[in-house]
Amino acid sequence: MFAFTEDEIVRYSRHILLPEVGGVGQQKLKEARVLIVGAGGLGSPAAFYLAAAGIGTIGIVDDDVVDLSNLQRQILHRTQDVGTPKVESARRALEDLNPGVKVVPYRFRLDAGNVMDLIREYDVIVDGVDNFATRYLLNDACVMAGKPLVDAGILRWDGLVMTIRPGEGPCYRCVFPEPPPPGAIPSCQEAGIIGAIAGIMGTIQALETVKLILGVGETLTGRLLVVDALEGRFRQVTARRDPGCPVCGENPTITQLVEYDLACDIRGNGAGDRTAAAGGAAN
Amino acid sequence: MAVRVRIPVLMRNLTGGESQVTAEGRTVAEVFSDLDRRFPGVKERVYDEEGKLRRFINVYVNEKDIREMQGEETPLADGDEVAIVPAIAGGGPKDRSSASIDR
Ligand SMILES: [Zn+2]
Repeated sequence: MFAFTEDEIVRYSRHILLPEVGGVGQQKLKEARVLIVGAGGLGSPAAFYLAAAGIGTIGIVDDDVVDLSNLQRQILHRTQDVGTPKVESARRALEDLNPGVKVVPYRFRLDAGNVMDLIREYDVIVDGVDNFATRYLLNDACVMAGKPLVDAGILRWDGLVMTIRPGEGPCYRCVFPEPPPPGAIPSCQEAGIIGAIAGIMGTIQALETVKLILGVGETLTGRLLVVDALEGRFRQVTARRDPGCPVCGENPTITQLVEYDLACDIRGNGAGDRTAAAGGAAN
Repeated sequence: MAVRVRIPVLMRNLTGGESQVTAEGRTVAEVFSDLDRRFPGVKERVYDEEGKLRRFINVYVNEKDIREMQGEETPLADGDEVAIVPAIAGGGPKDRSSASIDR
């Protein structure tokens, strides 16, 4: 027997009906610990679906506060949450949805000094960050720690998503060996984003996370899903592990965590952002 | 050799908003040259100062990474699809900044 209450059996009944989930799978979800980095555009839908799915523990990292302009896509947060820390507003939203989920807020910026300790506590990491510095840092840390990382990026009408399973497929650096220099791609500057692309990509991240935990199906490992929302087109391209990859290759040259100084928030186009550091906030 | 080229959103300002264009060339490099003639600026986007493909832009022929084939010298056949896919990190969390770049 599983340790489910009657309410839980009803709440998760549509899961339990699925042969790929069942009581055993639902129990796995309940025992799982998922860390979501960024409570923004991607983190919002990912967190909602993971909480609804009954993931036992959801950690959320974000140092930012809710801004009115976030609400167009960051659906964890409400109008009345403007000015409050995103991790607090996220916790409220997720606990309202499913009080059976334990939400652990981390109100700080992910950096080279704290990332290893943090990811060690979790089974799957979801990348919902807005900048390349944190993205590469998280990739390198997850490769070193052997933690699966579900990565997605969004910009304007485009989205990319892949699932990194260290040792089993390519990492982010295998696919994109180096981050672009500041300003080459408007990752920090305001380039605009259509709200619903965040919903699509974040939801795919939740799906990938659930599959990883259940051990079912095929994850987006070794392939990259490229979404062009303007054209209404999903395509996938292959991604191979690079034997010369500096972090997961045969002779890794990155053996300690490095943080790129991609302080485009400061230098790039004088964008005048309120947050000085390159990481932390979520898209 | 006519191929279809998928243009990412970030480069569509060069193609007049077109998401897909046709181009001529026997190799990926020739296709980029053809594109650059018709849409000046394409080469600057995909090549660095040393003339090498930028490390944060991937090029796929029929969904396969050209780095797994012959790079820019990867031969093309009529009707092939070339896709340009840049790395993207995210979109505008710091919303109040008005700067917008459209290189
Ligand atoms: Zn790698």
